[in-house]
Amino acid sequence: MTLQDAYLLAPEMAIAGLALIVILLDLVFKDKRIIFAVAIFGLFVPVLLTWMLLGNVQACQDGVPDAFLVDLCSGGNLTAMFGTLVVDQFALFFKTLVLAIVLIVLLGSIDYIKRIHSLQGEFYALILLSALGAMLLPATTELVSIYISLELIALPLVALTTFLRDLRSSEAGMKFLVLGAISSALLLYGMALVLTYTGSTDLKVIASATSESKFGPETYALFLGVVLILAGFGFKVGFVPFQMWIPDVYEGAPTPVTAYLSVASKAAGFAIMVRVFLLVFGQYDLGWEILFMLLSTLSMFVGNFVAITQNNIKRMLAYSTIAQAGYMLIGIAVLTDPASNNQILGASSILFYLAGYAVTNLAAFFAVIVISNNTGSEEIDSLIGMGRRAPVISAILTISMLSLIGIPPTVGFMGKLYLFNAAIQTGLVWLVVIGVLNSVLSAYYYVRVIRKLYSPSADSIEKIRSSFPVRLAVGISGFGVVGLGILPGPVIDAAKISVKAVLVAL
Amino acid sequence: MLTLIIVIPLLAALFIALVLRDDRLVRLFALAVTIVEFGLAIVIFTVCIQGGDGYHLVEQHDWIKPLNIQYLLAVDGLSSPFVLLTGMLGMSACFVSFGIRSRVREYFVWLLVLLSAVMGVFVSLDFVLFFIFWELELLPMYMLIYIWGNGRKEYSAMKFLIFTFSGSAFMLIGLLILYFSTGTFDMRDLPEQIELAGKLLIPTSAVFLTFLVAFAVKLPVWPLHTWLPDAHTDAPTAVSVLLAGVLLKMGGYGLIRVCVAMFPESIRDHSGSLAMLAVVSILYGAIITLRQTDLKRLIAYSSVSHMGFVLLGISTIGSSSIGNSVIGVNGAAMQMFTHGTITGLLFIVVGSIYDRTHTRHIPDLGGLASRMPFIAIIFMIAGLASLGLPGLSGFVSELLVLIAVFSTWKIPAVLATTGIVLCAGYTLWMAQHVILGPERSRYAKLEGVKLNEVIPMAILTACIVVVGVYPSFLIDSFESAIIPMVNP
Repeated sequence: MTLQDAYLLAPEMAIAGLALIVILLDLVFKDKRIIFAVAIFGLFVPVLLTWMLLGNVQACQDGVPDAFLVDLCSGGNLTAMFGTLVVDQFALFFKTLVLAIVLIVLLGSIDYIKRIHSLQGEFYALILLSALGAMLLPATTELVSIYISLELIALPLVALTTFLRDLRSSEAGMKFLVLGAISSALLLYGMALVLTYTGSTDLKVIASATSESKFGPETYALFLGVVLILAGFGFKVGFVPFQMWIPDVYEGAPTPVTAYLSVASKAAGFAIMVRVFLLVFGQYDLGWEILFMLLSTLSMFVGNFVAITQNNIKRMLAYSTIAQAGYMLIGIAVLTDPASNNQILGASSILFYLAGYAVTNLAAFFAVIVISNNTGSEEIDSLIGMGRRAPVISAILTISMLSLIGIPPTVGFMGKLYLFNAAIQTGLVWLVVIGVLNSVLSAYYYVRVIRKLYSPSADSIEKIRSSFPVRLAVGISGFGVVGLGILPGPVIDAAKISVKAVLVAL
Repeated sequence: MLTLIIVIPLLAALFIALVLRDDRLVRLFALAVTIVEFGLAIVIFTVCIQGGDGYHLVEQHDWIKPLNIQYLLAVDGLSSPFVLLTGMLGMSACFVSFGIRSRVREYFVWLLVLLSAVMGVFVSLDFVLFFIFWELELLPMYMLIYIWGNGRKEYSAMKFLIFTFSGSAFMLIGLLILYFSTGTFDMRDLPEQIELAGKLLIPTSAVFLTFLVAFAVKLPVWPLHTWLPDAHTDAPTAVSVLLAGVLLKMGGYGLIRVCVAMFPESIRDHSGSLAMLAVVSILYGAIITLRQTDLKRLIAYSSVSHMGFVLLGISTIGSSSIGNSVIGVNGAAMQMFTHGTITGLLFIVVGSIYDRTHTRHIPDLGGLASRMPFIAIIFMIAGLASLGLPGLSGFVSELLVLIAVFSTWKIPAVLATTGIVLCAGYTLWMAQHVILGPERSRYAKLEGVKLNEVIPMAILTACIVVVGVYPSFLIDSFESAIIPMVNP
């Protein structure tokens, strides 16, 4: 590892360092507020480092790389660690997104983690370590790094899931661990098959070695490997038929962890799917379009239908994330179109949808956290009368539900508009029809939440309390939901630039 | 100007939500805002009339570059009367909302957001913007029915939401397909662009159908009408006024603005089926109305029947003579405007009667003429206008529609006329049982009519009479916009 590598990995090293500092401070200080402050303010270091890299990436793409990075810049791409990690706008987009998610999650969890007081320092550190994985994953272009990053995301989360130390939480952790291990096994098996066939773990080498491959007896092993890798990713992002761990884990885990899990690991998972697809798998003629249309349709229907019958709001949101993953798969189906214009449109619509989905889900989960901290219940019925008791939190929860349905003026609507537009551009009209029908279906259970909020309550009229950082977290994400819904232009542009950067590498 | 008419109610809603605490202040403030809105609407309408053909008060800015979405507001002869109608009924609704006693602040917040959304639908000419306002209206309406309604309000509110949202889901598909083929969301350019594009991604008539479904749910057309009686019956008075008065008109407005203007050939091909659907709506609505004993439900079903005339007018687009089509579509637009005022007035009167007698069950009522003469007179006027008495506005619109239809579709015209006879039947039966008949002792002491009821009743009655006697200012306005649509 040279100095230049270290420079390019500065954001990741900063966040790893932050995690270690937090653990050390936890040993020294009794007052946990100091740790909280260090973690929050420390997060701005990787953010600044990420944005600093943007200039270097741009310079390399323009063909005039900064003097000390000349060696690492080839073909318009900055790569680190012997070409296993690439630093491009795509990676930087997701680094920023993950850091923003972590910031909101840390801010919003301060009230909740009083329940797990003794483990507060570990909580921050593990979230940061998981974020490290989520930042690395979108940048990887090599199978082993992909595997390591995926595990780095998941393992801290397994520990975090069990933090409540009750029956549910432990069961959730166990399920997460075992099913995660199975998915890793699938992934590794797939990678091994691809490695034996091509002799390399580098995605570019794999792409050029197999570019002529046709489906047939001599390539069965290769394509089995490809499908297994895809299945491994499927577990991580949680689309049907790899969704079975989601409801139990989401329900059992501490709610801030659920919030983080539902957005960060999904974002990173989709990021790597997009990259791998654009670089390698997209070139195989395996009927991807049909496959993804099918997976997408199944995810939407299963997620939405089952969500209708849920009474626990975390479980309902868990099923809703399955459906949301289904919408994003529409974008992957668009990607399978070989025309580069459509690929840009499809991939950038996933990126934008992910960003919108992240703020929306965070707003929803943290609004729920504020309420359940006070009522001690996570049933949907416990939301009754909250419109009175917590007007602002209820308004934000309402807006985030609208966003999940896809009703303007929220980012969820813009995301769907852009995503469905991409699908129409590639002629996937039927998929769009299924998509909008599912939006209607989902309106039923999302609106039920809104209805409970504004139903007259019989019992308590006591105001809901929350501390300032939590309100800040809910406020930022709520603002994001409406702000991106009204002015989505800049983020869409950023998403487009990011995707173009990936395509340049081809 | 057009931005103002959308933004003022939104800001006012925000102000009420965040600042105002006193219920009385909230009412007066909301009323002031709706009066300003009405004033603005009158100004917009006059500017539009004096401006003649074409689009006026255009505001155009780029909004979302990557998708070529603009912030585009403008009015023409078709939309400006609906802006006026919305302003007028918005104010009337605010007046009759003075009786709301529970959760006053929230109520007016939602009412103002609703008003803003409806105004937005009528003045925006970018398709995405139009769609955004179209959807923005869902939640306030849902809340207004769900919280302040009565009866099976949860069910009705959800039914309204699901029906309308399903319709707009189809519209979303349609507009994305149009964007794919034309690259624009500008509703002024779309008719021409669609013609230039020729073949769309899916058959043109399929695209046409996506829009037709969206607007037919809203209008509503049989068999997509079932949400309407429930929503109307269970909504509070002011909300029924807005629902019948302006929200249904969004459907008709969309039909003319999109289906007629953008798909002239498809709508011509399907005009026969549209005429049939219209006749079924008219007769089915009227026959069901005959069986109703709940005052609000009766008016609600009569709306289905009356809105059938809108569709019938639009179906004359299939006529071989363009002049005929112009008259028919014009009649449809007129029918929407007049139905807005008449039904709005009827709902206000029914609300007043219900507030005093606490029943809407017609057999329980009777003999109210001597107890509440003013309300009885207004009730009679509205009823007569509804059944199409010459000199009142309902006559003009139905006449226009029937003239055009008779030379286009003979049998539907005859059947539709039967609908008018049925309408006379149920309207007179209703009037007879509610205001005439023997006096009931339990209604010996009824509260007198209040100022906040008199003002909206007077304004709407005046409007009904004025349009009935001098309809040409509206007809001319509509015509200036409809001629270029029908005869491009």
